[in-house]
Amino acid sequence: MNYTPAEIMTVGAARVLKDEDTCFVGIGLPSAACNLARLTHAAGITLIYESGTLRTRPSILPLSVGDGELCQTALTTVSMPEMFRYWLQGGRITVGFLSGAQVDRFGNLNSTVIGDYAKPTVRLPGGGGAPEIATSCGQIFVIMRQSLRSFVERVDFLTSLGHGRTGRERNAQGLKSKGPTLLVSDLCIMASDPMTKEFVVESLHPGVTRERVRENTGWEIRFADDLQETTPPTLAELEALRELNARTAAAHGVAAAE
Amino acid sequence: MAEFLSLAEAIATFVRDGDVVAMEGFTHLIPFAAGHEVIRQQRRDLTLIRMTPDILYDQLIGMGAARKLIFSWGGNPGVGSLHRFRDAVEHGWPAPLEIEEHSHAAMANAYEAGAAGMPCAFFRGYLGSDLPRVNPRITFVNCPFTGEELACIPAHRPDVTIIHAQRADREGNVLIEGIVGVQKEAVLAARRSVVTVEEIVDDLGTQSPNAVVLPAWTVSAVAAAPGGARPSYTHGYYARDNSFYKAWDAISRDRTTFLEWMKSNVLESHELHAR
Repeated sequence: MNYTPAEIMTVGAARVLKDEDTCFVGIGLPSAACNLARLTHAAGITLIYESGTLRTRPSILPLSVGDGELCQTALTTVSMPEMFRYWLQGGRITVGFLSGAQVDRFGNLNSTVIGDYAKPTVRLPGGGGAPEIATSCGQIFVIMRQSLRSFVERVDFLTSLGHGRTGRERNAQGLKSKGPTLLVSDLCIMASDPMTKEFVVESLHPGVTRERVRENTGWEIRFADDLQETTPPTLAELEALRELNARTAAAHGVAAAE
Repeated sequence: MAEFLSLAEAIATFVRDGDVVAMEGFTHLIPFAAGHEVIRQQRRDLTLIRMTPDILYDQLIGMGAARKLIFSWGGNPGVGSLHRFRDAVEHGWPAPLEIEEHSHAAMANAYEAGAAGMPCAFFRGYLGSDLPRVNPRITFVNCPFTGEELACIPAHRPDVTIIHAQRADREGNVLIEGIVGVQKEAVLAARRSVVTVEEIVDDLGTQSPNAVVLPAWTVSAVAAAPGGARPSYTHGYYARDNSFYKAWDAISRDRTTFLEWMKSNVLESHELHAR
């Protein structure tokens, strides 16, 4: 069965989530991946959106982080101070999914500005919940489309800490959480090297070459010695994802994952 | 004790030029009708606080009401950029906009500290981020007991907080249900507050003794504004108008189109929320 690069990215990200995970979910690609995991192999996964909805089970993907569907299908809905203080800062979330306009080899993310902060070329929306999601969740999975514009040698602004500018700053902060351990793109899956903390390509999606990954990465990318090919999406995974997208499109006129 | 006023009277009485104003509602219950009245009454030099400045703040900024923005995420949720906000930051149109940028955790903590009458908030945040380099109001202190480095920011103490809620009773007690965001904290942190509601009723009809109720003595004014959260939503009344959020991208991209839309739909019309 044929599939798109966006589909294998979403499926690849969904697979790494476990039934016992408590996951802090952002809108867009993370939301699609987390709900796909819930609808396939991880029915028991706890999804939390920063609007305060705990253990929510939406039948469609929300357009915004605070859509009514999230509240109506949640176990309970708490205030924002409670969300960020008791649940996130309190260390009750195992996985945070993040994305950004730029990522570097150490998983540092920029969602603030392109260019200089005082005179930006592009003013981006800003960090939102990400700066504390990055440091308070047990570990971070990054999901982003790969290109030279987004996979950069140096992020213009460090909104959310990965492993730091040299890969050592996170440990120096004394943080107990792991930080970015995995990155899923539309080309490949990378894992954080336990020693250097830089992302190393672990598996290429079918049909993707090393050269293509190099051409779309702004730093000198390393490949694992035992480089694998990503297992293609199964029929069940694709059907579940497409049905979710179709329900979403019918509900608000666009696939929220795109 | 809450006064019952028309929306126009409530804004005229409680929102002044130069005020620090918080309009809250996290995707849900965004006080659009009240914000539009602030635009119609041409308030100026406002310092606007909001966790997620979205379309309403894009409109206030584009119409020149704001001098400064204190925020943590400024975008059109699920759609993309706020073009009026970007135009103000990138090109100073219609006026330069000073920004004080935080994270969501910081903003939620700052409101809670304000509600609690504290001068500042402590939390575990901003570690390794560049935000403290560009926002001098983010500092770090050491816990006196453990030595842990904690972020410290000033409490939010708005001159006036404006929110929208489901219902008020005839004493002016206010019920908020669904995604409750930071509205309770934002009202308690403020010196004055204006609450618009879908309806004013004899009995709030609360299903749980823990439903969020703002007692009448914490609210300055209550104004009925049915549909007042549109195009956002009111849990139990109407759904979010996602198609409008998408349409806003094209309306707001161009200065002229934006100004024409505001003229027909806000300045010369009160019909937007009554659909």
